[in-house]
Amino acid sequence: MALGTLDTFPKLLMHHAQVRGSRPAIREKDLGIWQTWTWKRFADEVRALAGGLATAGFRRGDHLALVGDNRPRIYAAVCAAQCLGGIPVPLYQDAVASELVFPIQNAQIRFAVAEDQEQVDKLLEILPQCPTLERIYYDDPRGMRHYAQPQLLSYEQLLKSGEGHAALVEREIDKGSGSDTAAMFFTSGTTGVPKGVVLTHDALIDRARAVAQLEKLADDDVVLAFMPPAWIGQNIFSYAQPLVVGYCICCPESAETVVGDMREIAPSYYFAPPRIFEALLTQVSVRMEDAGAFKRWLYRYFMGVAKRVGTRILERKEVGLLDRALYNLGDLCVYGPLRNVLGMSKVRIAYTGGEAIGPDLFTFYRSLGINLKQLYGSTETSVFVCVQPDGQVKSDTVGPAVPGVELKFTPERELLIRSPGLFKEYYKNAQATAEAKDAEGWFHTGDAGYLDPDGHVKIIDRAKDVGKLADGTLFAPKYLENKLKFFPYIKEAVAFGADKDRVGAFVNIDMEAVGNWAEKRNLAYSGYTDLAQQDAVYQLVAECVEQVNADLARDPELANSQIHRFLILHKELDADDGELTRTRKVRRRYIGEKYGSLVDALYEGRATVHVQAQVRYEDGRTGTYSADLKIADAKTFAPQAARKAA
Amino acid sequence: MRRVGEVILSVEDVSLAFGGVKALQGVAFDVREHEVRAIIGPNGAGKSSMLNVLNGVYHPQQGKIRFKGRTFADMDPHEAAAMGIARTFQNIALFKGMTVLDNIMTGRNLKMRCNFLQQAAWLGPAKREELEHRRAVEEIIDFLEIQHIRRTPVGRLPYGLQKRVELGRALAAEPQMLLLDEPMAGMNLEEKQDMCRFVLDVNDHYGTTIVLIEHDMGVVMDISDRVVVLDYGRKIADGSPDEVRNDRKVIDAYLGVTH
Repeated sequence: MALGTLDTFPKLLMHHAQVRGSRPAIREKDLGIWQTWTWKRFADEVRALAGGLATAGFRRGDHLALVGDNRPRIYAAVCAAQCLGGIPVPLYQDAVASELVFPIQNAQIRFAVAEDQEQVDKLLEILPQCPTLERIYYDDPRGMRHYAQPQLLSYEQLLKSGEGHAALVEREIDKGSGSDTAAMFFTSGTTGVPKGVVLTHDALIDRARAVAQLEKLADDDVVLAFMPPAWIGQNIFSYAQPLVVGYCICCPESAETVVGDMREIAPSYYFAPPRIFEALLTQVSVRMEDAGAFKRWLYRYFMGVAKRVGTRILERKEVGLLDRALYNLGDLCVYGPLRNVLGMSKVRIAYTGGEAIGPDLFTFYRSLGINLKQLYGSTETSVFVCVQPDGQVKSDTVGPAVPGVELKFTPERELLIRSPGLFKEYYKNAQATAEAKDAEGWFHTGDAGYLDPDGHVKIIDRAKDVGKLADGTLFAPKYLENKLKFFPYIKEAVAFGADKDRVGAFVNIDMEAVGNWAEKRNLAYSGYTDLAQQDAVYQLVAECVEQVNADLARDPELANSQIHRFLILHKELDADDGELTRTRKVRRRYIGEKYGSLVDALYEGRATVHVQAQVRYEDGRTGTYSADLKIADAKTFAPQAARKAA
Repeated sequence: MRRVGEVILSVEDVSLAFGGVKALQGVAFDVREHEVRAIIGPNGAGKSSMLNVLNGVYHPQQGKIRFKGRTFADMDPHEAAAMGIARTFQNIALFKGMTVLDNIMTGRNLKMRCNFLQQAAWLGPAKREELEHRRAVEEIIDFLEIQHIRRTPVGRLPYGLQKRVELGRALAAEPQMLLLDEPMAGMNLEEKQDMCRFVLDVNDHYGTTIVLIEHDMGVVMDISDRVVVLDYGRKIADGSPDEVRNDRKVIDAYLGVTH
């Protein structure tokens, strides 16, 4: 069968089982050893599962909820549902039980696959609110022996009940077509209730294939699947593209072992949001600070060399002989070992996206010789809208449109997209669909930006968040927050200033980096709250803010956005408290309301503000916290004419 | 559900003295199969002495110990281990310079059949045996959720994790009875909760009978089936957590009483 006629994921799977049946499809580290499923094994598993689901009454058009981390069996269940013309609905495994209610009610889900006891407990907890849920299949039987609920059945039992139905499953696979719905992803919903994004096989396969061709992906590529499977990004890289190309994905042993597993697997194709790259860099910096004087000097010296010429060498541009020799020496002593420690020695293509990445952070990885590039897209667009092709990589753009995508901007600078990868609709939400996708098929991304002279898209902020200061100058909060967050000491930042005369900010310090910094200075502290309120830490953060201000002063558009006052929050912003989305984006409006008194205090010129807050501990108990938070002024700079050549 | 079975261990009239110090005086109690049995008491009550008598570190001057139908005047550490009794220590006794994996592997010692030469030459049987033991150790690592520190030297781990590793090493012997000497001592609340969960999981999953010593009453009451209370070497109460909690003598022993 020609590849072009394989218009659904199950058909692609059966194709791989035939042409590369003995090659690895999925690996999982279990009991300390990497266990491999070949494509043939993967296909057999899917057939049996689909048979089991069919026997249990799972029909064409039914939804299958999946709650779990990256596991071969979770991906097998995704494909099994698709075999029967059903629609897999992956849900975030770290969501609290109440967050699972909406998707299950919304899609009237009858069947669910849960990874382990933890996930089963959540589903059982919401069972009274979700009467449609008939069956919960669990993968890991640990701790499940005393569960007697009639809805529960083990994955093994499901598999067993599906044996001998291969012919039926094959018939069902043949009935499928590319225009069928392939999957539904619930958007994290920075505002309002989540929306189910309906994507067809055609859309996902088209985009997966377009970029596979662009990047010349091959079946010997390897990906480590470590982000939540409910995130479209992970799904594209660990399900859609492997099925299109036939490469192998690897599931880490647990969330804590990702770094070590990455080193063992040495993936060739890598995708992570900027915060992962940030966290890795923080780890490296912290460990370097602990190293001996000679090693620190070596690291600093050669990172200087890399900063100067590394990116140019990666892009095969001309570099002086001496610099090239120095870089090669640095590669031997620093960059090579560092790439190895990061598990990136074999990375051919690394992407980041989902959020803006700090230019220094971006350059750090590229100067090490890691081909890190940016991409742009969302759940509604099957991810790939823009990708930076090799040789056209810039730190402040997301690259030109991927073949097949049309772009245009509204007068308000909002980016509109038309692409074969666009979603079909928001599930049972015609109004939201109509708002997002107009009659001519243009999708309103909600992102503000513009095209640079080379035709690359530059995104500055969410269209609705781009505001104006009281004096009418541009205020792009995320731009400021990103600038702050680039400092290793700052984990999160929230900027305020829309319709105000000046900009103020909340800051979360990075516990690991600042903790280490404090230890070096013999600063005693008992925990986050205590550390955050120390004068020395305020001084440290003030220096970061000043640098941002100095930077902003150079840009005539943004000089007025300099941060005048800031405070360090008494707690870390947390998705469980609704302050971050599950993908860890700050919910600025919600935070502004929740901490309204703190925002006011920023503008009232007071030196401290009293907070009293309810805190929820991890075990579910609540307590109250009250303290005085300091507010600090930051040095600002007079705007400079942008005389310096870029 | 987990069934508590017949009496597997009974201690009859045990007395232990170090010179003039009477550590235990005529203590008697029993332990049923599959149960979580706690021994509590204030400092110096004789809890650790009792545990040391059970696995043969101390030899009582008087009394009998009946384990799995056999009667002993005293136990011997090797014999105790061979009969399926494993233990952890109040102040962690791990090999600090060895990795978590290797530390737990030492718990398999009694199960290794190949001799030194076979192992050194990495002969077929030694290889097969090693694989089998490694698998058992990996299952424990998985059970205790310590995969991420598998290769970390124990000395670099925080206290709570070291305690967990020590539990892992005791489990590696596949004991029928596990003696835990203050498993929660010095832990913060979260570590204590984790440890409680693991103790209950071990009891539930492997069916291991557990005898634990604690001075933290709260923890003990939550996870034990029955509790023995010692004070100044004597047994002052024995029963379910609720019975013990409301026992006048226990309250006096813990809070002090004016005579």
